[in-house]
Amino acid sequence: MKLELSRVVQGGYRLGVLREIGRAATSSLEVPGCLLYTRCGTVPHLTQDTLHTLSPLPSVTQLTLSTVAEHQEVLEEYKDGFKKFAGLHDTVLYCSLHDPLTPRPAGHVTNKTVSVWGSGGRIELTVGRFMALQKALRPDLYQSMADGETWQGDAASRKRLRKSVDRTLAHLDECLLIHQQTAELQGAEVLGVVEGGDSLEERLRSARETAKRPVGGFCLDGFQTGSMDGPLRTQLISAVAGELPEDKPRLLQGVGRPDEVVACVEAGVDLFESFFPFQVTERGCALTFDLDLSLDPERAVLELGEELDETWQPERGRDAELEDGAETMTPFEMDLKDTKYRGDFRPLVEGCGCYCCTNHQRAYLHHLLVTNELLAGVLLMLHNTAQYTAFFRALRAALANDQLELFKTRVLRSKRVVSNHPPPPGTGDESVEAAQRATHEPNSEFK
Amino acid sequence: MAAPIDSASDVVASKTSMPSLKSLSAVSPLTLRIIAECPVTKARACDLKLPHSLVNTPVFMPVGTQGTLKGITSDQLENLGCKICLGNTYHLGMRPGPALIEKANGLHGFMNWKRNLLTDSGGFQMVSLVELSEVTEEGVKFKSPYDGSEILLTPEKSIEIQNSLGSDIMMQLDDVVSSTVTGPRVEEAMHRSIRWLDRCIGANQNPEKQNLFAIIQGGLSADLRKTCLDEMTKRDVPGFAIGGLSGGEEKDDFWRMVTLSTDHLPRHKPRYLMGVGYAVDLVVCVALGCDMFDCVYPTRTARFGSALVPWGSLQVKQKQYAKDFQPIDPDCKCPTCKRHSRAYLHALFKNDTAAMHHITIHNLSYQLTLMLSARQSIIDGRFPDFVKNFMRKMFPSSDQYPSWAVDALASVNITLDQH
Repeated sequence: MKLELSRVVQGGYRLGVLREIGRAATSSLEVPGCLLYTRCGTVPHLTQDTLHTLSPLPSVTQLTLSTVAEHQEVLEEYKDGFKKFAGLHDTVLYCSLHDPLTPRPAGHVTNKTVSVWGSGGRIELTVGRFMALQKALRPDLYQSMADGETWQGDAASRKRLRKSVDRTLAHLDECLLIHQQTAELQGAEVLGVVEGGDSLEERLRSARETAKRPVGGFCLDGFQTGSMDGPLRTQLISAVAGELPEDKPRLLQGVGRPDEVVACVEAGVDLFESFFPFQVTERGCALTFDLDLSLDPERAVLELGEELDETWQPERGRDAELEDGAETMTPFEMDLKDTKYRGDFRPLVEGCGCYCCTNHQRAYLHHLLVTNELLAGVLLMLHNTAQYTAFFRALRAALANDQLELFKTRVLRSKRVVSNHPPPPGTGDESVEAAQRATHEPNSEFK
Repeated sequence: MAAPIDSASDVVASKTSMPSLKSLSAVSPLTLRIIAECPVTKARACDLKLPHSLVNTPVFMPVGTQGTLKGITSDQLENLGCKICLGNTYHLGMRPGPALIEKANGLHGFMNWKRNLLTDSGGFQMVSLVELSEVTEEGVKFKSPYDGSEILLTPEKSIEIQNSLGSDIMMQLDDVVSSTVTGPRVEEAMHRSIRWLDRCIGANQNPEKQNLFAIIQGGLSADLRKTCLDEMTKRDVPGFAIGGLSGGEEKDDFWRMVTLSTDHLPRHKPRYLMGVGYAVDLVVCVALGCDMFDCVYPTRTARFGSALVPWGSLQVKQKQYAKDFQPIDPDCKCPTCKRHSRAYLHALFKNDTAAMHHITIHNLSYQLTLMLSARQSIIDGRFPDFVKNFMRKMFPSSDQYPSWAVDALASVNITLDQH
C-alpha cells in the first residue's frame, strides 16, 4: 500500500490518501480518517442491509482478536479466512489485538504472552498462537503482537516501560519471521506497534527501532483516552511522529472523541478506530455536529437557538448503565432520553441524510429508548456512524482549504446541549405528565 | 357517542338509523375478494383490500408491540413483503400515549410504516400482563405498572385510543378469560363481550377509515361459542376474530372451536385467528378456513437464537452449529440465509445484538413465505398436497404427527399418509 500525501505540515498534520490497500490492492482510504469498528465482523447492532444504507463507508473494517480469538478452531476448520466467514464483501480487513471497549485487567502479560478477553474469559496468546490466528483470519492488514499494558494503573516504572518496548520489538520480529513463512499471509501488511507509556525516551526508542523493521505502517499504543492527559499525549505523539517515516500511515488506538481526534491529527496521526459512535449509541445519545463551515456564524447561533439555553457540565453524565469503558457525555451529543424530546418531531440532525434522519423523528427515538426497544440501537448506530464519518470528511475538507482553525472553533465548540432538567410540568396532557413522573424503568414482560 | 346500552338490538337499530351520510357513501375501508377456494378443505385464498395496501391471505401478521418490530427497520420489514403488522394498544396507550401518537400522524406516522396496521384492544394484556386487574361491566380496572396509578379501560376508551392510533383494523375490547377457565365466568365473559362489541361499534369515530373487528368468545364450550357466533354475526362489522384460544388449552379442544367458528362465520368476511403462530397450527387452521394470524412466537424465539425451518427449529446457539458452515436453511432466500452461515451466527451471538436481528429476519421470512406458499397452492388447486408435504418435512415419521392435527385435517378431508 502507498501513502500519497497532498499536504504535510512539518511537526503537524498530514492530508492524503492511503492507496492500494489490501491483497487486491484496489481499495483506498482518505486520511485523516477512521476505520469501521466491528465486533466479530459486525458493526454493533447492524446487519449488512442496515449497514449498507450508509454511504460511503470506511473502506477498512476493523476486527479485534478480543472478539475472534475464541473462534480459532472454527476458523481453522473453515479454511477460507474471516471475510468469507463473516459474509464481508468488498472491504479491506484490519485485525488489531484488543477491542478498545473491552476491559483489560492488568497483570497478565508475560515475556512471551499477552492476553485478550473474549466472551468466555481470558485467552493467552504466544506469538505462535497469535500468528496462527492471523493465518486463519487472513486479514489484509494486522498489527503485530504487543505489550501495551503500561498505561493501566499508576505511573509505570521506567523499567516496566523499557520491558514493554523490548518485548514488543521482540514480538514484532518474531511475527515478521512467521509472516514471511506463511502462505496465507502473502500480500498482507504488518503494522509495527509503538509503545513506551509516558516516557519520552522510551517512546523515541520504540519509534526508531520499530521504523527499522519492514512494516507497512505504525500503531500507536498506550495513548488510550484515560491513560494520560491530552497535552502529554499530543506532545509524545508529535515526538514519536518525528521518528517515523513520512510515507507510512500512523494508526492511533483507543482515541475517538472528536476533540481528541483533532488534537492527535495535528500531532501527526492518520487513522483512528471508530468505536466512539458506538459509545454514544450505548448511552442513548446522538451525535450532532455542525459541520457546515460556510454558515454565517451569527445565523448559526440563531438557528441553534433554543438548544443553547442550558450549559453543559462535563462531570454530569446520564447515570444510565454505561458500557464498560464508556465515558460520560460529550458536548457533541444530544441525550435522547431527555423528556424534552418526547414531542419533538424533527429529525435528529437536519440535513444528516442517514436512514434514521430520513425516516424517523426525535420523538420516536425517545420512545424507543424509554421502552428499551432494540431498534433504538440500530437507528442510533446508523446515525452516529454517519455523523462520525461526516466529521472526518469535514475535517479533511477543512485541512485542504486551510480552515482548520475555523473548523475547531465551529465544530469542536458545537454546543448541541444537553439538558439534565426536564421541561416544566403542566403541558396539559395526562399521559405526558405520567411519562414525566415515570422513571426509566425497564418495562418488564412486554417484549 | 352511544348512550348506556340495555340490549344489543337497540344498538343495531340505532346504528342503522344514524344519520351519517359520509359513511354511507364512502368506500368501505375493507373489501374481501375470494380468489380461490380449496374444493377439499375449507381453505381460501383472498385479496384483502385495506386503506394502506392490499393484503394477500392467508397472511401471518408480525407483532410490533411498542410501535417497532424488535430491531427490524420499516424498510427491512417492507422488503420481506410484510403488508400488515400489529401494534399493541395497551403498551402504546401507556407509552407514549395516544395524544402524542395522534400528533405524530397516528401510529403509521410515528413508526413510519406505510402499509397496514392492526391494533388489538388492550384486553389480552390486561389479563396476561397486569396483576390485580378487576373486570366489571364498565371495563377493566388495573394499576399502571409505570406509576401505580389506577386506570379503567372501557370499550369506549379502547376505541378512542385506537382511533388516535389510526390503525387500519381495530379490535373490540372483549372480556378475556383464559381458555383453561371453566364455569359460569366463561358464559358471563361471552355475553359481556357482545355488549362490549356494541359499545365499541358506537364509539368508533372513524368507521370510514378504520375497520372494527368483533372477537368471538365462548371458551371451549360449543354452545357458548355458537351463541356468540349467532349474536355477533348479526352486527355489521367488516371482519371477525376468533379469540379466547391459543392459551393453554388442549389442542383437541382448540381445533374444534376453530372449525366450529369458521363454519358459522360469513364467507365473505375475513377470519382472524388470534395468537396462533406455530407453523403446524398455521397450516392446519388455514385448512379449517382461517385467513389471518398473529403471534409473538417467531420474533420472540429468534431473540433466543431459535431459527424456524421446514423441519422444525434450529438452536443456533448450540455447540453443534459452531462449525456448521451452511446457512440456516439452504433453500431460504432471506437476507440472512443469503449471506450468513450457522457458524457465523453462532459466533456472533456471543458478541452482538445483531445476531438476534439476523434470526428475526429469517423467522419472519419463514412465516411469511409459508403463508405465501399455502396461498399459491390454494390458487393452484393443490392445497391438500401442500399440507401433506409440509407435514412430511416437519415430522420425520408419521407416528410423530400430532394426533390433533391428524384429526383436524381429517375433518376437512385430508388424510395424512403414512411414511
